[in-house]
Amino acid sequence: MAVKKEAHHKYRVVGTRPIRPDGIEKVTGRALYGADYYFPGMLFGKILRSPYAHARIKSIKFDKALKLPGVRAIVTADDLPEADRKPQQMGEQQVSPYYLSCNVLARGKVLYDGHPVAAVAATSPHIAEEALRLIEVDYEPLEPVMTADEAMKPGAPILIDDLRNQEEGPDQPTNVATHLQFKRGDLAAGFDAADCVIEREFRTATVHQGYIEPHASVGIWNPDGHATVYTCTQGSFTVRTLATKVLGMPEGNLKVVPSEIGGGFGGKTTIYCEPIALLLAKKTGHPVKVTMSRSEVLRATGPTSGIHERVKIGVTKEGRITAAQVWMAYEAGAFPGSPMAPGAMTVITSYDIPNLLIDGYDVVVNRPKTCAYRAPGATAAAFGVETVLDELAEQIGIDPLDLRIMNGAHEGTQQPFGPVFKRIGFIETCEALKASEHYNSKLTGANRGRGVAAGFWFNAGFQSSASVYVNQDGTASVVTGSVDIGGSRASMAMIAAEVLGLPIDEVRPVVADTDSIGYTDVTAGSRVTFATGMAVYNAAQDVVRQLKERAAKMWECTPDDVEFDNGVLRTRGDVLQPQQLTLKELAARFIRTGGPVVGRASVSTGGAGAGPAFAAICVDVEVDPDTGKVQILRVTIAQDVGTAIHPSYVEGQLQGGTAQGIGWALNEEYVYDSKGVLRNTGLLDYRMPTCLDLPAIETILVEVPNPTHPLGVRGVGEVSIVPPPAAIANAIYRATGVRMRELPMSPPRLMKALQEHRNSREGQAAAGR
Amino acid sequence: MHEIHYEAPTSLEQAVGILAKHGDSARPICGGTDLLIQMRAGVRRPHYVVDVKHIAALTGIAFDPKSGLRLGAAAPCIEIFENATLRRHYPGLVEAAHLIGSLQIQSRASVGGNLCNGSPAADTTPALIALGAVARLVGPKGERQVKVEEFVVSPGRTVIQPGELLVELLIPPPPPHSADAYIRFIPRNEMDIAVVGIGAAITLEGDRCTAARIGMGAVAPTPLFAAKASQALVGKKFDAVAIENAAQLAIEQASPIDDMRGTAEFRRHLVGVLTRRTLERAAERARRN
Ligand SMILES: Cc1cc2nc3c(=O)[nH]c(=O)nc-3n(C[C@H](O)[C@H](O)[C@H](O)COP(=O)(O)OP(=O)(O)OC[C@H]3O[C@@H](n4cnc5c(N)ncnc54)[C@H](O)[C@@H]3O)c2cc1C
Repeated sequence: MAVKKEAHHKYRVVGTRPIRPDGIEKVTGRALYGADYYFPGMLFGKILRSPYAHARIKSIKFDKALKLPGVRAIVTADDLPEADRKPQQMGEQQVSPYYLSCNVLARGKVLYDGHPVAAVAATSPHIAEEALRLIEVDYEPLEPVMTADEAMKPGAPILIDDLRNQEEGPDQPTNVATHLQFKRGDLAAGFDAADCVIEREFRTATVHQGYIEPHASVGIWNPDGHATVYTCTQGSFTVRTLATKVLGMPEGNLKVVPSEIGGGFGGKTTIYCEPIALLLAKKTGHPVKVTMSRSEVLRATGPTSGIHERVKIGVTKEGRITAAQVWMAYEAGAFPGSPMAPGAMTVITSYDIPNLLIDGYDVVVNRPKTCAYRAPGATAAAFGVETVLDELAEQIGIDPLDLRIMNGAHEGTQQPFGPVFKRIGFIETCEALKASEHYNSKLTGANRGRGVAAGFWFNAGFQSSASVYVNQDGTASVVTGSVDIGGSRASMAMIAAEVLGLPIDEVRPVVADTDSIGYTDVTAGSRVTFATGMAVYNAAQDVVRQLKERAAKMWECTPDDVEFDNGVLRTRGDVLQPQQLTLKELAARFIRTGGPVVGRASVSTGGAGAGPAFAAICVDVEVDPDTGKVQILRVTIAQDVGTAIHPSYVEGQLQGGTAQGIGWALNEEYVYDSKGVLRNTGLLDYRMPTCLDLPAIETILVEVPNPTHPLGVRGVGEVSIVPPPAAIANAIYRATGVRMRELPMSPPRLMKALQEHRNSREGQAAAGR
Repeated sequence: MHEIHYEAPTSLEQAVGILAKHGDSARPICGGTDLLIQMRAGVRRPHYVVDVKHIAALTGIAFDPKSGLRLGAAAPCIEIFENATLRRHYPGLVEAAHLIGSLQIQSRASVGGNLCNGSPAADTTPALIALGAVARLVGPKGERQVKVEEFVVSPGRTVIQPGELLVELLIPPPPPHSADAYIRFIPRNEMDIAVVGIGAAITLEGDRCTAARIGMGAVAPTPLFAAKASQALVGKKFDAVAIENAAQLAIEQASPIDDMRGTAEFRRHLVGVLTRRTLERAAERARRN
């Protein structure tokens, strides 16, 4: 893979591709995932879920179920304290503990097909399942509201009785939780100054993160009120905060042990099974394991929003964008909190536009409560804007990448919501794609087309802690609280090895539980290599500082007179008699020089965080004109990645996001029946791309170092998912002449559009005759 | 708790005896690639599962140029598409068997199970219909034979009576200058259930079609024999006009539904596209035979 090196590589370990330290355990099946924990006396929990999309719970009777031999306890929302309604900042997200609690176990009303209503603990999973059949729930079905359009109509059925928003006022029940607006300049004047204005409407479907490992947790409750939960999560500390809020217990009383994780993509940044396992453990006095099936995962865990979007953009004939207006409504699912805000904050931020108006609405509907998904909100938003830009480029007759480069954001550009960009690599990224062999190759053959699109994602920062321990033999361990999803153990070890001058295999990375390391936010927002990496860098520097102190003591000089280079301590020759000691030699003398050396650091890197990331993608497709089926022939993605610590894992992130973006574009969607019951609750009919649907995904790493990180690290995990749907739509247009404005661009939908296009062409031809 | 007993008889008599004794609460299991999933989902809840894979009469594959193919109901798909004789004589059936699931699934899944499961979208069923296959059943009252196109009565229900087993499928030998083919449409390139599947077998004497059978899957509550479309080809010159005519007749017979795998409108459209493509592929093969 091509690596365009802008960063000057003065590094020894950073930028190399060592084998990941957790690799052997994973490929030999020894690594423990969420469902792999077993404890003596452990019980099995199962969750009873609503068959209705929208209903009032009139009563729940479970005496029959409790009588079934082997059943030990049943819990409902009545077993949870009524949590605080006020939204609170919890790690990455603003969450109302009350809504969170109502999502864990429904209180009074069920708001989506699959909403948990009760849970059983029994001596075997089969008995627990049998018991679910014996629980009698009396529902009063209500009319489901499945789309933002329906939910925003006056007189629509209301999901949450006390939901209000500022605009409509305190007396008006509503399904709109928030309206957000960003404004700049004079919109009307901006459109007047344009030579070409295009306005279009778009829709995207609800899609799931599609992590392969279903959620699983084991709860253990001690009689003294202390508890432990083993769970598959992206953020052990987030689970601790959220679960203790829902259970009404002090945060310090819960230890969260994160398992290995089989994917999350944002979907494992909240809680589902954890409080239920803990509640059942408390009631029974036994460890309780709760695991979800695939269908439970699809029905009731974090998809991301389907959206309705209107985009209007004006350009001069030279290609200068004069004004843009975007209106978006995001389906939040059952409770407020769609990724509308990040959607609105990213939708057109790649471009420097003088006149802007962006409106975003967060709307509740009878679908599962959405959860973060890789660059939350940005992919659906970009679909409209990046498609309209393609149309505009065609209208005024310029290269679509040139249009993006001409208007691209750069150092000093103000973002629509205020902050000014520091050093960023958007233009470099588009230029790298434009210069690629792929973009300059000739695409031949019938029904084929090439499309491009770009995307932006902020990347998060937040808080991280790290400890670095130097062992007596001079090796080291690096302890963090960041769950390893994308190979971060390797990157953390590499950063410490770089600073300490150790070979990579002498640094052991460890992911600790919440009792064993300082607070660390979720593995999400592309923040780990940036923020936890910064903590590791600082902790390793803390070790170096202490090593210098030890050496100075031995050499009877000041620490300032000691240099540390590549694992060797030396006196500064100009000052003193030359002395030299390796890290290993010094480690053997720790016992006599003050004991073990422990480096530690914590960072709070703020919301702006891991430096803005940009991606641009080029896709070649072939469309079967008889069936509407799209084959992806070739894909190249260029991304501004800052300094690539482990280039293979950076490429992996680009490829993974692109693959998910392709799935989102072509076939993934939640299909509900007329009553709001989810029809495709398995991976057979929730169609993510398989190996045979994807070509090798080519990557171009554009390394523009991030000035806010000591090694130049930029978040790399998310932005690659943003451009694919628009690029594919643009490619389909080039292949067929049809503009697709609704996702997914599945065969039935594309076939219909192709037929309409042919009919209208025939109609026009007939009229012309 | 719901109890499940597993039985593994080694003779047909034993199997029929167990099935007859337990009636509706017993269910044959072959590869289990449909049944186990349905049991997990709670769709079927048998108390007795009777494994048919240990009965010799159900596992054989025997081809005779005169009498044709006896395909044991329990023979796994992998043995079908790894069998050179079958590849030679029934390439359409082989391509249908090859489409089912992954290698792991194909090592367990049987054509018999595919048919007895009664899904309108089963991939091998249209291929069997195209070949004029007949199912041989044995039960407490003896033996009977049923044409494959009459085997499935509604989604998930077949002609099988309590106590009965599908023993084998009887497929006539391919006539000279004939061949079969099966093509399905799926939105992805693997791991999907047919949105529409079309099987066709045709015989060509020069440029004339002397025999044709078209089977259709996923276009109605049960797999269908496209009788009118098939007959319309017979005795005619095999050309684009004839193919188009057959495709239109096939579309007329289809009565598909809207579901998560495609709209009715899209399915009708696909019947035309796939009938054309399958006939062309079968013809290309027939011209070489
Ligand atoms: C991942 C996956 C992918 C799949 N892909 C496809 C696909 O692409 N196309 C497709 O058509 N199917 C597919 N299937 C479905 C399934 O694999 C096939 O239908 C398969 O042929 C079933 O065969 P089996 O031997 O496993 O049947 P079983 O599950 O053992 O049985 C199916 C039914 O037939 C009955 N039965 C079985 N044998 C007999 C007998 N001898 N007499 C009477 N009744 C009997 C059983 O009681 C049961 O009701 C897929 C399944 C999975 C899990």
